[in-house]
Amino acid sequence: MSNGYRTGLTALALSLGLTALAIPAMAQVKIAFVDPLSGSMAPIGEHGVKHFQYMIDKINAKGGVNGQKMELLTYDNKLSPQETVIAAQKAIDAGARILTLGNGSGAAAAMIDFVNKHNDRNPGKEVIYLNYAAVDPAFTNDKCSYWHFRWDAHADIKMAAITGYMKSNPKIKKVYLINQDYSFGQAVRKSAVTMLKAKRPDIQIVGDELHPLAKITDFAPYVAKIKASGADSVITGNWGSDISLLLKAAADANLQVDWYTYYAGGAGGPTSIKQTGLKDRVFQITEGLANINTKENYAWETDFRKKSAGQGWWYPRVRNEMEMLARAMNEAKSNDPKVFAEKLRGMKYKNIYGKDTYMRAEDHQFFQDMYISALTPMTGDMKFDEENTGWGWKLTATVPMSETDVPTTCKMAKPS
Amino acid sequence: MLELVIFSTLNGVLYGMLLFLLASGLTLIFSMMGVLNFAHASFYMLGAYFGFQLSQWLDFWVALFVAPVCVGLVGAAVERWGLRTVHKWGHVPELLFTFGLAFVVEELVQMVWGKLPVDYRVPALLDFHAFELFGTTYPAFRMFMLLISVAIFLVLLMILTRSRIGLIIQAALTHPNMVAMLGHNVPKVFMMVFGFGSGLAGLAGVIAGPALVTQPSMAHVLGPILFVVVVFGGLGSLPGAFIASLLIGLIQTFAIAINYSLGDALSAIGMARPMQGVLSDLWQVTVAQVGPVVPYLMLVLILIFRPTGLMGTREN
Repeated sequence: MSNGYRTGLTALALSLGLTALAIPAMAQVKIAFVDPLSGSMAPIGEHGVKHFQYMIDKINAKGGVNGQKMELLTYDNKLSPQETVIAAQKAIDAGARILTLGNGSGAAAAMIDFVNKHNDRNPGKEVIYLNYAAVDPAFTNDKCSYWHFRWDAHADIKMAAITGYMKSNPKIKKVYLINQDYSFGQAVRKSAVTMLKAKRPDIQIVGDELHPLAKITDFAPYVAKIKASGADSVITGNWGSDISLLLKAAADANLQVDWYTYYAGGAGGPTSIKQTGLKDRVFQITEGLANINTKENYAWETDFRKKSAGQGWWYPRVRNEMEMLARAMNEAKSNDPKVFAEKLRGMKYKNIYGKDTYMRAEDHQFFQDMYISALTPMTGDMKFDEENTGWGWKLTATVPMSETDVPTTCKMAKPS
Repeated sequence: MLELVIFSTLNGVLYGMLLFLLASGLTLIFSMMGVLNFAHASFYMLGAYFGFQLSQWLDFWVALFVAPVCVGLVGAAVERWGLRTVHKWGHVPELLFTFGLAFVVEELVQMVWGKLPVDYRVPALLDFHAFELFGTTYPAFRMFMLLISVAIFLVLLMILTRSRIGLIIQAALTHPNMVAMLGHNVPKVFMMVFGFGSGLAGLAGVIAGPALVTQPSMAHVLGPILFVVVVFGGLGSLPGAFIASLLIGLIQTFAIAINYSLGDALSAIGMARPMQGVLSDLWQVTVAQVGPVVPYLMLVLILIFRPTGLMGTREN
């Protein structure tokens, strides 16, 4: 054996040893993202991954948290509560102590339940669930948990904002409700009925539909029913394929109604709206949108679209969630959920639009200004369109944070 | 009410005919080869994606003819180099093969076209309203879908009952050995039928793609209901598949339009509606809400009371 060869081997062995040694020093803070990454809701989950990856890259570029880098692990829960629990366990086994999940309140409820139990049984190894989109109001009311934090406004807050906006439109006479048949959709219809009754008793609710979640391929029969009811406006909490297909069927039947939606901006929605020509007639309520003119927001949106094949920054809440998480961890000087959760509670934060927001300590619900926007052809003061349609979301009303401040029934049990 | 009935009927028949385009191929393949093709809905999805791609590159009308042929060729290839190889190990491996194929196709589609729905549009020539009734428009494209599927049904009927090929196919269905003895190339007939069936599914995909959303989950969504159709109609029976398709299409559409619940039925006959107790929710569920489950309920019932299906003849 030649000398050179031996040196080479030694070098190889050494470098291998070094890498092995180096691993603990580079230990990463693992964030587990659990959402539907297959099936008809996959487009929503996939785009969520891009949001979190983008945020983690930003945080890591600034040095990470407590000197450690963040790393994203992704798990497909197929929109199912059972799969969610399996995915969460897998994530914990892989070393993640921060879990995030957004889509489907059924899955979110399973996650809260799982995290509560896990933390009871594994003191010292607590995990935390950061909820970026599941908006069943129960999660920050009756079912509230110390280990759950929610960044999206819940269904009742959004409905209060929507009905507040509808209140001032005297043309609304007959409203049709169509929602997905699970906890979230039921919460939407319930709050719509009570709030409309309180704010506009003259409005007639001519339909109250619940359909199966993520199973309908053709909404034409539902649209025929809406049409037959004589409704002039539709309220829906539908998301993912359930909103895009609904809008598409409405386009085919030329259903000329106003749409008050939670998530019309999701994949496929804007394309369908443009196909129907529903200019200024489809509204959505969000915690932010691309066309809010602040320098920081425009730069953010431009940069993200470059990295995500033109798709927009759907979830300003993901930025809020991740920045607040990083801040809480750095301030607590700890990556242990039990320690930094204390910092998240009641945290005040200035969002990308320069507005004050906060995480309410008593129920872990995040509060912020909410925005109602309508899809409309691009005008001079709009910068971003959606899905290359030439139509974009235009701000039509701002609901200040003070008006979204609904009371809670939460009696938070603080862990000892 | 009348408008709801008219539009529900139209939508129901359309959905039924679409199901039939798929079910006809599936049931033919089953009756001939004894294989329940789990990947059949995947060919429908391939049709939609091929249709989308070809209408991007060329034109929808080109896609309408070329895409089903492409899907048919893919189907024939799957039979020739896939199923036929697996065939010697028996039916279960064949079944598993098609089962796996469905997942492979879905993954491939996601790799090529991504997980997001693609923007497959109705061609400009058909992008208008065919007619207007009670203020509701009915898109021309849907009428076009209806016409195409009815035409295909008629052509299929003619081929199977009137042409020489149809005779051979029908003979091969029941007496494959005798047909082979008479000098016909039975494996080739199998391949052609499989290819043709896949092509029909592909055609359904091409015309359904713009109306429903073209996305990787479209096969998965339609697959289960397809089995309901063929089992309900009777495995291997074309007329059975036709009746079952229309029936399921109409039932699903009309169920949605009906808002009555069991509680309403009780009130109607003068009984108090139970508002408390564990099962109180059950009385409030409307027909519209259980609509999507009805076909599966039908499946269970027919398997209990008439295991051969409506028009099926097979006993084993």
